[in-house]
Amino acid sequence: MEIVNYFKAKTIEEAYQKLNEDPSNLIIGGGAWLRLSSKIVNTAIDLEHVGLNQIKETKNSIEIDAYVTLREVEKNEALANLFSSIINKGISGIMGVALRNLVTVGGSIFGKYSFSDFITPLLAVNTEVEMYKAGRMALEDFLKLRTREKDILLKIIIKKEKVLGYYYKMKKTGLDFAVINVGVTKTNGYYKIVVGARPSLAAYATSAMEYINNQKVITPKVIEDTAQIVVEELKFGTNSKASKEYRIELTKVYVKRGLKEVTK
Amino acid sequence: MKVVNQALPSIDGKGLMMGKKAYTDDLAEPNSLIVKVLRSPHPYAKIVKIDTSKAEALEGVELVLTYKDFERRPFTRAGQGYPEPSPHDKFVLDNYVRYIGDEAAAVAALTEKIAIKALKLIDIEYEVLEPVLDFETAFENEVLVHMEPEIHEMFPIGFNPKKNLAASYHMHVGDVSKSLEESEVVIEQSFYTQAQAHVMLEPHNVNARMDYQGRLMIYSSTQTPIHIRRIISQALDYPLSKIRIIKPRVGGGFGGKQAIHGELLVSTVTIKTGKPSKMIYTRKEVFESSYSRHPMRFDIKLGATKDGVLKAIDCFVISDTGAYGEHALTVFMVAAAKVFPLYNKVDSVRFHGNVVYTNHTPAGAYRGYGAVQGNFALESSIDMLCHKLNIDPVKFRQKNMIRETETSPIFKIMGEGTEGIEMFMESCKLEYCVKRGAELVKWKELFPRKELGNSKVKGVGMAIAMQGSGIPYIDMAAATIKLNDDGFYNLLIGATDIGQGSDTILAQIAAEALGTTLDKVIVYSSDTDLTPYDTGAYASSTTYVSGNAVLKAGKEMRQLIIDEAAKVFDVKVEDIEYDGVVLKTKDKEITLKDLSNRLFYNEDQKQLQVTSSYYGTKSPPPFMAGFVEIDVDKETGEVDIIDYISIVDCGTTINPMLARGQVEGGIVQGIGMAMYEEVLYTKKGKLVTNDLMNYRIPTRREIHKLTTEFADSYEKSGPYGAKSVGEIGIDTPPAALANAVYNAVGVRITTLPITAEKILMAIKEKEKGEN
Amino acid sequence: MKVKIIVNGYKKVYDVAPDEYLLDTLRADNFYSIKRGCDNSSCGVCTVLLDGKAVQSCTLLSVKADGHEITTIEGYQEEAKKLSEHFGHQGADQCGYCNSSLALTVHAMKTEIKNPTNEDIKEYLVGNLCRCTGYEAQHRAIKLCLEDEE
Repeated sequence: MEIVNYFKAKTIEEAYQKLNEDPSNLIIGGGAWLRLSSKIVNTAIDLEHVGLNQIKETKNSIEIDAYVTLREVEKNEALANLFSSIINKGISGIMGVALRNLVTVGGSIFGKYSFSDFITPLLAVNTEVEMYKAGRMALEDFLKLRTREKDILLKIIIKKEKVLGYYYKMKKTGLDFAVINVGVTKTNGYYKIVVGARPSLAAYATSAMEYINNQKVITPKVIEDTAQIVVEELKFGTNSKASKEYRIELTKVYVKRGLKEVTK
Repeated sequence: MKVVNQALPSIDGKGLMMGKKAYTDDLAEPNSLIVKVLRSPHPYAKIVKIDTSKAEALEGVELVLTYKDFERRPFTRAGQGYPEPSPHDKFVLDNYVRYIGDEAAAVAALTEKIAIKALKLIDIEYEVLEPVLDFETAFENEVLVHMEPEIHEMFPIGFNPKKNLAASYHMHVGDVSKSLEESEVVIEQSFYTQAQAHVMLEPHNVNARMDYQGRLMIYSSTQTPIHIRRIISQALDYPLSKIRIIKPRVGGGFGGKQAIHGELLVSTVTIKTGKPSKMIYTRKEVFESSYSRHPMRFDIKLGATKDGVLKAIDCFVISDTGAYGEHALTVFMVAAAKVFPLYNKVDSVRFHGNVVYTNHTPAGAYRGYGAVQGNFALESSIDMLCHKLNIDPVKFRQKNMIRETETSPIFKIMGEGTEGIEMFMESCKLEYCVKRGAELVKWKELFPRKELGNSKVKGVGMAIAMQGSGIPYIDMAAATIKLNDDGFYNLLIGATDIGQGSDTILAQIAAEALGTTLDKVIVYSSDTDLTPYDTGAYASSTTYVSGNAVLKAGKEMRQLIIDEAAKVFDVKVEDIEYDGVVLKTKDKEITLKDLSNRLFYNEDQKQLQVTSSYYGTKSPPPFMAGFVEIDVDKETGEVDIIDYISIVDCGTTINPMLARGQVEGGIVQGIGMAMYEEVLYTKKGKLVTNDLMNYRIPTRREIHKLTTEFADSYEKSGPYGAKSVGEIGIDTPPAALANAVYNAVGVRITTLPITAEKILMAIKEKEKGEN
Repeated sequence: MKVKIIVNGYKKVYDVAPDEYLLDTLRADNFYSIKRGCDNSSCGVCTVLLDGKAVQSCTLLSVKADGHEITTIEGYQEEAKKLSEHFGHQGADQCGYCNSSLALTVHAMKTEIKNPTNEDIKEYLVGNLCRCTGYEAQHRAIKLCLEDEE
């Protein structure tokens, strides 16, 4: 990426104004992998000094500002005590510590990366995002937004609930991207199943969730059937990491293992 | 022994960890021009028109180079002795580009930014040609990768560009068809190995300047300074005497820095502009535009008696050398020459095939150098044979493998690019290695598998391997030892430390021979103006060949010192007793310190210095047995490598800890090749795995335990009994892991790498067959 | 753009381009311990500490270090010496190209994790690749160094 100007915003409004001044202007999060892009950016906007650097725990939620690094989230104890630590675990599988010390929450979510190991566990719990202009919405809805409107992600809000969680990232080596990642949760008896890096962006297996949430007893057969529905409803594909067929097999196995884990 | 066979710390580790200025780029001139290369986006194309005027007009651009700037002078980048066994098929720049990443033009500019900008301003019109992207159909393909009239071989290597052949070869012992016919059990299988990348952490880099005497002085991250000097002189028609190559600290090589890389362009820029220049490969360039291991297909047939006597090995190989033929023949030959003698009791052997040109990134030297490919094919097929015979693979090997004092006819038939020499194994502790490895891995208890419950199963596998120690009658090394006042020494060697620790172990050999301590031997390695000839760091030659030269020099220097003391006391040389510190005769003594001061300043003044050369007349193989314990998840195919056990016979370990590091580093590179390092091309011939996000080498997460032991062994011809240890470690993991996977889950993976996906899909296939 | 960075305790002012990376800024200022390896934060040899935390300088824009403190191994020479003693005895030294950044990351780990387990060490250092040693000797040396300091 080529950057012509660098702007350190002092307020969010200032950042927003600058962002909309030029179509090529953009917000820089941690700045990881800028080198991979050949874009020419007129002004890169930095949010370091706009006051988006906190993780706040309230009575009902954990609020994480956009400029917080993934490493800070990973090390957050309140989160580690919630959701069987699946959020912390999800992050800890991303590259090395030195990269997680740079990468920000905002950059990780705003990019809607299909390989994300952060979005999958966030979807598996109750997460909302707050945008500067568009306001608050479910993470799921944010991911579906097609408009490329120039807005700023301010924070994510994770609802504190009693959740049993399971998260698994299948990767080939310690530094690899996910071949597949699977998040399964049970919240007050309600099951959620999320599969990411298929290789497309993480999504709920809604039919499978509907099926299992309508069962009175979770038998091995129900788990088996649920996993089957997951791989039938979600789209899988082939890329350099793995074939479609292999991803389907892995998803079946890890959804089953996840369901067994949370129904223990 | 006081210094040799001692686990002393390396002499340079501390300074390097402290971040001292030491590597090539640390030594570049601060105002160097930055050299960048315009690389071909096409796998095969002719440059029809090239207009550099816009690039040249850009402020800050000093020079733009195209094929028009070079005389047509074919050479090989291989970095071997002369004449090379590789075809001279490369021009510094050519009007054809032969793979995606090949050099089309180069720019030298004041900054990297300007250089990159200038590359975009070069107008280049390509006539895109149909490429050869499938190495299995490259031979006699109607598309030819090389059609230049000037290219040639230096001596017969089977080079025939009209058939896309960089080299071809045939050998046989006995009548293999007859032996196979007579065999009671025969197996037949094809194996594929991939174009593994070296991934040395320091990318290729080089910088140049004209020194105050008007000579071209180059710092290069290379394994072969002497060859680099010669290639620059030949390819650029520049006087050899006006070139100086200094090899500073090198951040890993593994064969990847045997060949010449940016040196020719950087030299040209500095010669033409008179200004210092430098070039650092991006990681993408290291992947796409340097070279990799030769990918190969092996079609192998084995024949044996019912009671497990191996009778015949028949092997046809196709090797993909990519766009240029560096190391084409020699890597090919090593695939048999340093593998098949393991089974020396066979009646017949046939080994033949082709090394073909394709429009892929070239292949070249890489640790293991054919042996690792051949080992995967042979040691996998031996296990298949054992399964068919229902014989324990350990017992089969114990019955059929080579032993001490024995020989193989292959040694005489096959050398590297030429005929070999007859050799009897004066040191071969393979029996011990196999026995000890089986014990440590608990073979009796765990072979073939043990169910662990929860879909997990444990398996064990093994393979044996050999390598060489230098190339006999070709590799030469020399060492100079100089005595200083105060009684310390300089050891000047052309031997090329690229991180393997050769400066340390050669100093240990010198110290032992001189009877002194390591701190009294100051090592300076690899500067073509100052250090004597050494072939370079390749072919597992340094410990054995350079080590023997150092030993000789040390002994001679010791004798010179004794001679001087005899003069001092006016006694016969035999009357001097010398422990390395004090020289004694009946009633008088003098310390080395006093003697050396006297020689410099007082009486009979002279400089004591010796230079000794050594060239090998044989290449004693190190041997090893590799055993591995793995856990496999039967539902996902995922493999955990629990312990990799290496029992190695490398003769005496000059430095047991550094030797262990060589083995373990090799093992983990071998594990990478076996399990993780996938090489993918698009259909259009573009390398997909061209950075470290897509090409995955093992991290410390995958390595749970490495158990490494050395057999008690002594090679008479080696320095203090040593053989080589640099390459042997990489050879066994592919086959041992393939065998372990088979033992664990009953599927035979014949194409590297052995990914979880391949394992699971094979399990599913097998289950389908069984139902 | 002018940026103020404290490097190993020295107050430095650099004139940098908006898209310049800290690796290039610091190497141009003769901090040789920081190495160029992979260009995209996958290998770890360019690691520096940003306000005490390990980050990859090939990925960190120099402007982002403005107003912060950067430490390289040149700023932790005693630590490097100590670790290198153990590396020497364990045979963990090979090409040395990854060693400075590894020493720095080990230091960061020590400040962050008390008594790290084998797993903690591997997890923390997973981003520091080494192609020479096979990791085993490095791991032994790092453990011994940590035990020494307890």
